[in-house]
Amino acid sequence: MQLTQKHNEYWRKNLVVTAVLLLVWFIVTFVEAWYARELNTMTFFGFPFGFYMSAQGSLAIYVIIIGIYAWYMRKLDLEYGVDEGDLE
Amino acid sequence: MNQAVSHSAFKSQLKKYYSFYAGGFIGFVILLAIAEQMGLSKQWIGYWFLFATIGLYAGIGIMTRTSEVSEYYVAGRRVPAFFNGMATGADWMSAASFIGMAGTLFLGGFDGLAWVMGWTGGYCLVALFLAPYLRKFGQFTIPDFLAERYGGNIVRTIGIISAITCSFVYVVAQIYGVGLITSRFTGLEFGVGVFVGLAGILVCSMLGGMRAVTWTQVAQYIILIIAYMTPVVWLGTKHTGIPIPQIAYGYTLQKVTELEKKITADPKEQEVRKIFADRAAAGKAALADSDKSYTAGKAKLEQELAGLKSSNAPADKVAAAEKALAAYPKDVADAKKAWTRETGLAARAAPPRPHAQAFPGKDEAAQNTARLNFIGIVFCMMFGTAALPHILMRYYTTPSVQEARVSVFWSLFFIFLLYFTAPCLAVLAKYDMFTNLVGSQFASLPGWAAAWALVDPGLLNITDINKDGIVQWAEVLIGGDLIVLATPEIAGLPYVVSGLVAAGGLAAALSTADGLLLTIANALSHDLYYKMIDPSASTTKRVTISKVLLLVVAIIAAYVSSQKPGDILFLVGAAFSLAASAFFPPLVMGIFWKRANKWGAIVGMAAGLAICIYYMMRTYPFFTNMGVPVMPLWFGLSPVSAGMFGLPLGMVTIWIVSLLTAPPSKEVQELVEHVRYPHLTGDEIVSEAR
Repeated sequence: MQLTQKHNEYWRKNLVVTAVLLLVWFIVTFVEAWYARELNTMTFFGFPFGFYMSAQGSLAIYVIIIGIYAWYMRKLDLEYGVDEGDLE
Repeated sequence: MNQAVSHSAFKSQLKKYYSFYAGGFIGFVILLAIAEQMGLSKQWIGYWFLFATIGLYAGIGIMTRTSEVSEYYVAGRRVPAFFNGMATGADWMSAASFIGMAGTLFLGGFDGLAWVMGWTGGYCLVALFLAPYLRKFGQFTIPDFLAERYGGNIVRTIGIISAITCSFVYVVAQIYGVGLITSRFTGLEFGVGVFVGLAGILVCSMLGGMRAVTWTQVAQYIILIIAYMTPVVWLGTKHTGIPIPQIAYGYTLQKVTELEKKITADPKEQEVRKIFADRAAAGKAALADSDKSYTAGKAKLEQELAGLKSSNAPADKVAAAEKALAAYPKDVADAKKAWTRETGLAARAAPPRPHAQAFPGKDEAAQNTARLNFIGIVFCMMFGTAALPHILMRYYTTPSVQEARVSVFWSLFFIFLLYFTAPCLAVLAKYDMFTNLVGSQFASLPGWAAAWALVDPGLLNITDINKDGIVQWAEVLIGGDLIVLATPEIAGLPYVVSGLVAAGGLAAALSTADGLLLTIANALSHDLYYKMIDPSASTTKRVTISKVLLLVVAIIAAYVSSQKPGDILFLVGAAFSLAASAFFPPLVMGIFWKRANKWGAIVGMAAGLAICIYYMMRTYPFFTNMGVPVMPLWFGLSPVSAGMFGLPLGMVTIWIVSLLTAPPSKEVQELVEHVRYPHLTGDEIVSEAR
């Protein structure tokens, strides 16, 4: 079918949220690991902070990233009328 | 609307079943615990766990048997997000995660966290780039998508080969794990253990395909998470006083760091390390001129013996000297082996590796290489996760695109529960050993240490090197797998918990093996046979062929693992690098870039795979020992991380080659649009046309 202006807008918004979440993912993964030695000089709940992030913090943020994506996309689907109806 | 009602009814029914099931399982464990108090032997506890759990999986398999195509390949596409998340968790967490992970962290400290991050963060990529789109595409396998998107059988063939290669490597490791656990906890022979486990795998995946595998994996997840948490919570409460040790172990980590400093400075510890260093140096010196040192060493022993005899030394001294002479290597080749072993002791001459310190190294350059390798492993494991067919396939089974998105959330949540516990377990176990094992008398070792040292010297070896009768940390040699297996005993729990842990490890290995075998059999039966050889095959024939192939592949895999192939951890890592190089670029670019075309995909996949294989062949000792010429590491990056070259190369190649060749047809571009939107008016027509 022919895509409308609205469809293109939906896809653009999808790309934006994907990019933003990916940036967060990149920071808590690679930037964090790159500076782990520096972060380790700080203490957090008794942990060296770099160790804490790699062992728990980043992992929890991953779960949150995926949660936000699922929630936001559901909202976007409804807003732009591309949702799959009342399956849930 | 009707569908919606039945869907939520189905969901509440599932919740009821699995709550009963989890309760029943806990009851079963409690009953066994009571039986243990009344005198049930350890071996029988092992048998009970083994046969009860495998019987249970088989029962679920029989109850959910099916011959319908969509039930067999994608569980009828009605697995709710929550349960698909549990199934993915079990599918994902293998014997290596369950048993090996905590050990890797125990031995490697901070560096081991690369695996933890890599094997969780990859799900962000699955969620953002793949799961919803693949679900909308809605076919049966991953090569299906590649073939439809890029057209033609070449892409499908490369897809089939890559899917089979990485899954097969991985499944061998799983079946090996099954054999190890069953043989250790029941006393059955390794080979017998492999085949008992295999029966459990087959009964479920053969009868019911994806449907049976899904519902068994949910059951297996429940067992494995209970099994992992119980001893950790117990041990954590003992050391931190808080029943959620994952939060509180930061202070334990501080104590561990202090004890490490104490051990590094302790004169007795230094004495032991010096002995190791000296022995390593002596071995190295002897190796330098092996013929001469062999004769010299022998002559020296003979002289000593003669001297003792002529001076009428006490009988026990003479006997000791005779024994030393008898133990002397028979020939130079034997002696060389012994000396090489001695040089290896240099590793034990080092002070304990600081657990929390990131990227330890002797100078700035070494530290930076360590950091690069950390990032390399994280990178390859993440992108490999987002490209492993047996995981991606699971997102074909949800009822809708939105459920697929939510299901990735639950998947990672359930995986997270285990992965954020593993580093905690490593720290707690280390603290316990530093305080209870180090400094104890050899005559009265803690019970678990004495028991495990007897079971398998590869897992735990304690020798009084400096003969002072007291255990120094440097005298303890630990195999990684010990940590999880021995935690119940370290924590002072009854044997029934050890049996529970074994059942958990078995569940982890079986569930992953199930998913992998199914992927291989489907690639062969669906992609190769149905799509390429005989497109007119009836549905019954397709499913039957798939079942037969499953059996054949399983037997081959069991045979290969009974040969105990070498370094399994490397093979698993290699599978991830290969998957990342071959699958990730064409899958993601196929969805996000309409212009990507057939030739781009073919050349890109081939280039990514080729560079990955080339790098591994030229740098990994297994291949270079077989005569492949060695080449220096690029940027000091280890062979496991070959995907760090393969993936970018694959992406760039797809991009360049696609732009140089004709754009894909209008139908393909419409397919891309089709997968990008959860629902478009006219979707039904598109899916019927296919």
